[in-house]
Amino acid sequence: MNLKTRLHILKRKYRGSKFAPAFNALHTFLYLPNETTHNGTHIKAADDLKRTMNTVIMAMVPCLIFGMFNAGYQHNLAVGDIQAVTSGFFSSEFWTLANFMIGFWKIIPLVIVSYGVGLGIEFLFAIIKKHEVEEGYLVTGMLVPLIVPIDIPLWMLAVAVIFGVVIGKEVFGGTGMNILNPALTIRAFLFFAYPTWMSGDKVWVEGAVARDNAIAAGQNLDAISGETVLGALAQGKEVVYSTWDMFYGFIPGSVGETSTILILLGGLFLIFSKIGSWRIMLSSALGAIAMGLIFNQIAEAGIISEGSKFFALMNTPFWEHLIIGGFAFGTVFMATDPVTASQTNKGKWYYGFLIGFISILIRVFNPAYPEGVMLAILLMNVFAPTIDHYVIQGNVKQRMKRLKAKTA
Amino acid sequence: MSNDIRIKKGLDIKLKGEAEKTIETAILSNFYTLRPDDFHGVTPKLISKVGAKVKAGQPVFFDKSNENVKFVSPVSGEIIEIARGEKRKILSIKLQADKEQTYQDYGKFNLDAAKPNEVKAHLLASGCWPFVKQRPYDVIANPDKSPKAIFISGYASAPLAADLDFTLIGKEAELQAAVTALGKLTQGKVHVSVGASSNSPLVGLSGITLHNVSGPHPSGNVGTLINKVDPVNKGEVVWTVAAQDLVIIGELLLTGKFNSERIVALAGSSVEKPRYFVTKIGAEIATMIYDKGISKNAHDRIISGNVLSGKQIKPNGNLGYYNNVITIIPEGDDYELFGWNKPVFNKVSTSRALTFSWLNPNKKYDLNTNTNGEHRAFVVTGGYEEVFPLDIYPLQILKACMYQDLDEMESLGMYEVAPEDFALTEFVCVSKQPHQDIIRKGLDVMLKEIG
Repeated sequence: MNLKTRLHILKRKYRGSKFAPAFNALHTFLYLPNETTHNGTHIKAADDLKRTMNTVIMAMVPCLIFGMFNAGYQHNLAVGDIQAVTSGFFSSEFWTLANFMIGFWKIIPLVIVSYGVGLGIEFLFAIIKKHEVEEGYLVTGMLVPLIVPIDIPLWMLAVAVIFGVVIGKEVFGGTGMNILNPALTIRAFLFFAYPTWMSGDKVWVEGAVARDNAIAAGQNLDAISGETVLGALAQGKEVVYSTWDMFYGFIPGSVGETSTILILLGGLFLIFSKIGSWRIMLSSALGAIAMGLIFNQIAEAGIISEGSKFFALMNTPFWEHLIIGGFAFGTVFMATDPVTASQTNKGKWYYGFLIGFISILIRVFNPAYPEGVMLAILLMNVFAPTIDHYVIQGNVKQRMKRLKAKTA
Repeated sequence: MSNDIRIKKGLDIKLKGEAEKTIETAILSNFYTLRPDDFHGVTPKLISKVGAKVKAGQPVFFDKSNENVKFVSPVSGEIIEIARGEKRKILSIKLQADKEQTYQDYGKFNLDAAKPNEVKAHLLASGCWPFVKQRPYDVIANPDKSPKAIFISGYASAPLAADLDFTLIGKEAELQAAVTALGKLTQGKVHVSVGASSNSPLVGLSGITLHNVSGPHPSGNVGTLINKVDPVNKGEVVWTVAAQDLVIIGELLLTGKFNSERIVALAGSSVEKPRYFVTKIGAEIATMIYDKGISKNAHDRIISGNVLSGKQIKPNGNLGYYNNVITIIPEGDDYELFGWNKPVFNKVSTSRALTFSWLNPNKKYDLNTNTNGEHRAFVVTGGYEEVFPLDIYPLQILKACMYQDLDEMESLGMYEVAPEDFALTEFVCVSKQPHQDIIRKGLDVMLKEIG
């Protein structure tokens, strides 16, 4: 008896039982189900939610792998074991096994905890509420490790995942019903509950915090640190990274957000496969550019003096905003989440533009934490239905006008 | 306003098993069945009982809500069985056909001199009224309300649909009579659509406004024609008649006899030799599907109607009242290893997520009935708009039907749609939701509450 037949018999055995959703989730992971159409169309297209989610995960894998290399690179660079990259994207200083192993051993546990805890909660809710386990967490589970600092304690991640999945998704009714992006809900929880762990110049380099604790305990070590570009700008310090460094991603930051080039490739793949909305991605970039330009004009016109704490950020060239911080990652992978974004095509333009616009606004004016993308996206998640409402009202009014013209 | 209509949004699903353009007379069926469920929203009240002998065209039952709307027998014979279900609901009326057919004579109708009321009464009494459907609500037309226009689609764009240019050959006289009669029932126009480069018998008719349509399916849907030409507003009614039903109406007007003969296509990848048959409404499909069709034990799905909106029937079932195609495709009730993340070459897809149907748009597919995924909540957006050419927001109107907000359904355009307009959005739906069923239930709620 082959695997397929054995699983089929098991499925029949578990049907209707309490653990049926759990079994079905694992079964459908291996096999496309044998359900046939009943009423309605007799044939269906090949796309289903699992395939859609899988495409997004594939788009993120390059960022994950790059993040592993980058974690090791930033650590070794800070400690002084290696030199900075000098020869473009394929520099030999970056792509070393030593770098990779540091990142691998730190990041794989993050991925395991994220998926393990998140899917565990999903299975639990599916069993309690007697519905199937839905695929929403497949993407969220991959997003979460990519947007946290490298040294985040695993228990902290687990707590945040539980919060995000329960409050951000399940209480609203599960996949397809949530208002806020679940990955960003998890990140926002970390941001508000453990703020010291999410900002500063220690958390972005592997081992920096541990080192500080060791030094405080009396060990004779040099402290290491790695300021993000935005962190430096917020304090008016000089930025030591070149534009190419920022574009390729050889800078400190959250695990997966640094490499703009790989995010761009991922974004193009999502647009090509028709899974990610190009309208949201493009309009977000345009919104950011618009706000960046406004700030540049303000800085040039001298409205803000050079000594002001906002000056460095305002003076940042508008295009540079696209390659620093989490902007690129947020635009391509978070803003495009179809459930929480605007659902009408026209609405997506407004939604994306406002995300870009508000991101840069918050980035510049937020004194405590120079990153605005997460907060901008969460804010626009709340307003996305409003945008849709007005777009649809346009259609409704058109219909009423047609009726009036007829009865007039 | 140009009379030509070009649709850009939509999807042509190319399937194997298109019917060859040869016509064969089907083996004469012994039994014919009328299914009241084919007439949505009608509660039948029987006129004749089991054992009664009826002529072809003689009324068998009428609609409880309007006793003028009569439903007639497709053949002359004896009513041998009336199957009932729960609460004594009539499921089917089975007739054993006579060897020699006799027809009820309604008399040749003088079309030129007739007044609108007379035309209407004649159609109602002779059993032709069920062919006239209406929007809103997509039910049999209410004869007491006058429509602002009448729409007929002479272009079949659905996958494996019967080619109307072929099945209507030689029927110009009947088509003209039907169209003239319908023209008298409305103050407005009779709009007829044909394919862009077609020599359909409908083209030469007088008294109609002809539209050439081009573009992918659903360009052939009458709903698309209505939306592009003269959309239904609140309070208005339009009537629709299928092109093949015009032939029956026309023949009744010209000869006085209700001839339920149709040219029906037998199509689908499971059929050995797909071709056309001459048969009658309600005939047993067993007379057509086994002769160079499918084998007796085949594990196939037999559909009365097309593959998007038809109804599943058993091998011992009957041709539906309105259907002019029988589609047979393989059942897809088997598992597929890693079906969700491996590249797919043998299925149709509107995305390019490791699916390759976009590379070869003219390829013909052998699709089966597997759902290709499980039922989920609505997640993906923007996909339905690509295959939905009406100026209505499909996702929002589906959701409004699901939570039954009547005002919202009305303002989003529920008066204009029928379930078949959502067949393509249901086909491409990533969440495998039953769109046509949702719309049907939404229309029923509106019919009950608003009327």
